Amino acid sequence: MSAILKPIKSVGIVGYGAYVPRYRIKTAEISRVWRDEQDRYHLPIKQKSVPGPDEDTITMSIEAGKNALKRAGIDPREIRAVWIGSESHPYAVKPSGTVVAQALGIYPANTAGDLEFACKAGTEALQAALGYVGSGMASYALAIGMDTAQGRPGDALEYTAAAGGAAFIVGAEAQALAVLEGAYSYVTDTPDFFRRNYEKYPQHGNRFTGDPAYFHHIRSSVTTLMEELRLRASDFKFISFHQPNTKFPTKMAQELGFKPEQYVPGLLSPKVGNTYAGSSILGFTALLDRAQPGDRLLLASFGSGAGSDAFSFVVTERLAQVREIAPSTEWYVQRERSIDYSTYARWRGKIRK
Amino acid sequence: MKKVAIIGIGQVPVREHWDQSIKALAVQALFHALEDANRDEIDGLYVGNMLSGRLSEQEHLGALIAEQAGFPGIEAVKIEAACASGAAAFRQAVLAVASGRKKCVAALGVEKLTELSGWHASDGLAMAADADFETSLGLTFVALNAMVMRRFIFEHNVKRELFAAFPMLAHRNARYNPNAMFQHEISLNQYQQAKMIADPINLLDSSPIADGAAALIVVPWDDVRDQHSAVEVLACEVATDYVALHDRTNLLHLAGVEQSTKSALKTAGLSHRDISFFELHDAFSIMSVLSLEAAGFLSAEEALKKVQEGYFDIGGTLPIATMGGLKGRGHPVGATGLYQIVEAVLQLRGKAPTPLQVAEPRFAMTQNIGGTGATVVTSILKGQM
Amino acid sequence: MDIPRYWRLKDQRYRLQGTVCSSCGHYSFPPRIVCPRCKSKALRPYEFSGKGKVFSFTVVYQTIERYQDKVPYIVALIDLEEGPRLTAQLTDVDAGDVQIGMPVEMVVRKYYEENTDGPIFYGYKFRPAIPF
Repeated sequence: MSAILKPIKSVGIVGYGAYVPRYRIKTAEISRVWRDEQDRYHLPIKQKSVPGPDEDTITMSIEAGKNALKRAGIDPREIRAVWIGSESHPYAVKPSGTVVAQALGIYPANTAGDLEFACKAGTEALQAALGYVGSGMASYALAIGMDTAQGRPGDALEYTAAAGGAAFIVGAEAQALAVLEGAYSYVTDTPDFFRRNYEKYPQHGNRFTGDPAYFHHIRSSVTTLMEELRLRASDFKFISFHQPNTKFPTKMAQELGFKPEQYVPGLLSPKVGNTYAGSSILGFTALLDRAQPGDRLLLASFGSGAGSDAFSFVVTERLAQVREIAPSTEWYVQRERSIDYSTYARWRGKIRK
Repeated sequence: MKKVAIIGIGQVPVREHWDQSIKALAVQALFHALEDANRDEIDGLYVGNMLSGRLSEQEHLGALIAEQAGFPGIEAVKIEAACASGAAAFRQAVLAVASGRKKCVAALGVEKLTELSGWHASDGLAMAADADFETSLGLTFVALNAMVMRRFIFEHNVKRELFAAFPMLAHRNARYNPNAMFQHEISLNQYQQAKMIADPINLLDSSPIADGAAALIVVPWDDVRDQHSAVEVLACEVATDYVALHDRTNLLHLAGVEQSTKSALKTAGLSHRDISFFELHDAFSIMSVLSLEAAGFLSAEEALKKVQEGYFDIGGTLPIATMGGLKGRGHPVGATGLYQIVEAVLQLRGKAPTPLQVAEPRFAMTQNIGGTGATVVTSILKGQM
Repeated sequence: MDIPRYWRLKDQRYRLQGTVCSSCGHYSFPPRIVCPRCKSKALRPYEFSGKGKVFSFTVVYQTIERYQDKVPYIVALIDLEEGPRLTAQLTDVDAGDVQIGMPVEMVVRKYYEENTDGPIFYGYKFRPAIPF
């Protein structure tokens, strides 16, 4: 049996949508508050996105989902699953999908459980959706990866923990904007970053999150995917990896033989930060915004705990016809309103009352 | 229907009465009115109040105040119409007497906004608006009026500062009213620097909330003993409008005011020229201006101009808020409508404080508005002087 | 917890579902039982596009308890393109940039949370219309 994950029916992405909030905080500003700007030449990214005071994973998923629906051009009631992967579901018990399904008109005949797998929760949802549709159980399924990540004040991860994500509607090949060639998931028990129940902020293993975690898992998933599908790096037009900062995805891409013109277009973290469960897939939507028919795209997530999902998609003629219908990822990325640390602290609930 | 007369008035000063319960305030006002009427008994009690349930955790005010005042057993009910509760209660009192069913009733308005410490009063007042589609979205009573004021300023292209003349007038008059909450004047400078509550309405554009109680004794005209101080009720008309601002046909037109005023003038057989003074519902300066227009006295733009010239002063053509109005005397919500009538009666009897006495008043108009205009009660009273 | 009331209103809050009169074509939001124009009771559900213009607005600095920690915020009267007017908060915009007449569109946002252990309430707000 092949290692590749691919359903019996040929399936693909029939609609996609991105969302990034409009607010940004510069890492230099965070550094000013915590480190007197001592590390200003060593900041991992320029700025990160901050959700507004009335936004959360549910509201952002609704907008990304709306964008996906516009592009898919289907009746929402034909969607039979709304699966949202996140580390910041507003409720611990009561799935985000129940609200999103109601808001998008997808209710009541659907499933809507929450998923969690750190930063790869979104691609977990995508895997499930591909299987659901690919098995013939549903014509369409909605998979979303979205986060409003919380950084512990003063911690290194505070520089990058951002907000945003993407939504994908999975359907049959005939309607797809990008068809699935194959997928592969690689998971081990690796506690590089985790959060216990009732804790507000996660713990991370600092440098342990590098080689044994991020690099090992993406290397494993992507290498296996490419070997099984008999593909080389040069077969891909663009790639999007999980992007917690600028350094990791760049280093990983280069190690695997990819060139800047392949990985730079999908590298959004310098401008928006690490959107956690939204990270690799948000970069992927930026690729869909520019890819041409026949282009092969590689998507590889990484979720702490740990694991990586890798996918190969091939773009169809249909993509160019529908992508202008909804805001592009770049539109969201360019929409910027800078805030200071005090506003950020107030909105993110970091001020004790 | 019988002719109706007011023969007694009573009021407590409008202020924060931390030391008095809602029952105590109500009973005090009622006793003042009975004393003034020279009566011992009433056979009906109509209590206007908006927030006793929310703030004092006490409903059932009709029966409660009746027995507290020493009249267990009489017909007694609480009437609620947001900020028009007071005049709405008056309406019931008038009907009870006009119908011939009751011989001597009391209309009482009472409000205790300071019952709970903190922000709760604001939450209570917001209940005058549409809960599902206004209040629950973050609209406050002030915010609703602020949107009206902003639209007015936009459409008429006037300066916000022109509105200052209304609260300034109210304070000038309140200064001589011993029952008023405020006893000081305010300047244009103070108005311009006042804290914003909801832009463009600032602290000095909005009437203060406080505790109060006022009462009237109402009898058939045939039973009046002292004709000289009795005041005849020529009309008391209630009109309603859509509650939510967004459902009004024209945001800047108070249709309820127009309807209620026309109805009252028709019932009284009078025209605008006959009205000696107008106790209007100046909860906000924008509401004064729109009321004057919808009531048919003069256009809103004219009102804004004429107020600067003293048109509405005690010695002017159409005195308003003669004892301070809602802005100067205070706005104890459910009681306000009765304060307006108590003050009108004082004027009509020639018993207003000297600097505030309108010269030879014959017909008074009082108008009590609920919410942003959804209930309007207009009364016309005739003095015997 | 005003859960039942909130739950009853979710089609209005999430998808701007109002009514349209089968007799005279008049649109209403929120939904009505009797047509305000022709008094007919033959009203059907209708989902509004969410596009509209600002008719008036204000910035709230002092407010009711449940919105205390959200001030200052902007509320507006909005004319939907189909005709009805509704009241809503504006979001994603600075107070200084709001103008009467500006085109806006509906988004679903968080209204408030009941403490840290109560329900979260979502519903319509409006933001400056984006060109899509």
